[in-house]
Amino acid sequence: MVKGSQSFIFDSQPVIIASATVGGPLEAEGPLSEDIDILHDDPYMGQDSFEKAEKLMIEEAAMKALEKAGVDKDEVGVFISGDLINQIIASSFAARTLGIPYLGIYGACSSSMEGLAIAASLVDGQKVKYVLTGASSHNNSAEKQYRYPNEYGAQKPPTSQWTVTGAGVCLLTFQGKGPRVIGATLGRIVDMGITDPFNMGAAMAPAAVDTIKAHFRDFGIGSDYYDLIVTGDLGAVGHKIALDKFKENGISINEKAFLDCGMMIYDRERQPQVFAGGSGCASSAVTIYGHLLNEMRKGKIKRLLAVATGALHSPLSYQQKESIPCIAHAVAIEM
Amino acid sequence: MPSNKNNLNLEQQKYKDFAQQREPKRPVLKNCIKAFIVGGSICAVGQIIQYFYINNFGYTEKNAGDPTAATLIIISIFLTGLGVYDDIAQWAGAGTAVPITGFANTISSAAIEHRSEGYVLGVGGNMFKVAGPVIVFGTFSAFAVAVVKMLINYLGGI
Repeated sequence: MVKGSQSFIFDSQPVIIASATVGGPLEAEGPLSEDIDILHDDPYMGQDSFEKAEKLMIEEAAMKALEKAGVDKDEVGVFISGDLINQIIASSFAARTLGIPYLGIYGACSSSMEGLAIAASLVDGQKVKYVLTGASSHNNSAEKQYRYPNEYGAQKPPTSQWTVTGAGVCLLTFQGKGPRVIGATLGRIVDMGITDPFNMGAAMAPAAVDTIKAHFRDFGIGSDYYDLIVTGDLGAVGHKIALDKFKENGISINEKAFLDCGMMIYDRERQPQVFAGGSGCASSAVTIYGHLLNEMRKGKIKRLLAVATGALHSPLSYQQKESIPCIAHAVAIEM
Repeated sequence: MPSNKNNLNLEQQKYKDFAQQREPKRPVLKNCIKAFIVGGSICAVGQIIQYFYINNFGYTEKNAGDPTAATLIIISIFLTGLGVYDDIAQWAGAGTAVPITGFANTISSAAIEHRSEGYVLGVGGNMFKVAGPVIVFGTFSAFAVAVVKMLINYLGGI
């Protein structure tokens, strides 16, 4: 059902009956490692390229989610996935292995919630019984594509972020036990003219604020409705900017109930190499589909607003001096 | 909405300032001191290697530069291969980027990175991805300086 100008409600409240996550070496040392199902201690994960390793993580997460739910992959109607590699090859190649009808999506780091919103719509519209949706990123494949060779000695500024190595997948259906997807607010592109790809938090923060504001407006609620509002990968810099932006706009936000996945997945004191925090599709996918859904299943969080933020630039657009267009999609999940 | 960074509208300009006030600054002075120490140390090590070649292998001060540079390049590539050069560089900044070791690192890191795309299109095609511009503009500026020198000589010299 349509709600306001940017949102919709899922009347049948699709259920996330299972979710699974995979992580890399740095995520294994991070504070959320206990909520990650499969951990790898080698970035190659036994494959001969980083891209193949990323594909493997999606396959593993998908198979683990199906195993947890006790659902056979032939029963799944659609597999929706996105990643950061050119032409989303990690997702498409994983879909080749899985053999499930496939929708590839690209929303940069917002792919996780973009996928969840589409998945919930398909289930809510009774188009398919089971939908599997996920997203992945790999630190080394992202560095290789977006920045410099991994072993190149370039000094990173303190505003830079660390692309999370991991994948998160969840399985939705009509009924069952688990967190329910209530509604979604799709974001508009917000471009505030930031051009520095080593400062993604500042670029994406206005998009997150815009979508969260639209969500409150469309649903006629305030931030106190949610136990937790979580952004995907703003990092410490973007998080602070977003908080101050809310203040500037006169929107009250409970600071303790406004967190960022990129800051949760790493311990920035102990893991200083991540600088401002985590980024990438897996930042939100691993934190939300792993840790946060587990917290909901334990009853610690009842109402969650998950806002995945994405920077929709490419190395080419950056070299052509274009600024970074950003987006954020919000999905409301309740237990 | 204008996309060029020089054409920010008022709202974008306001946001840029708003964001800048909330960003941690690059520690420029600290970085300069670190770069000075590390860059200087690399050059000191180079000097030791040069004396080593002069004293033990009969090189002269003039031609000992070649084996010295080669040795530094090998050490740099070795450290790149071990995956520690980028960690040192994060601490040292320009200290490891400016000496010849930095140049060796740009080429070897790109070569390692693209090994998965094969030796010809991967390693061969991407080896100079980072170093390429340095070679192109280094060669061009050498040419420009040479032309100036030639002109000065032609006009009677200094």
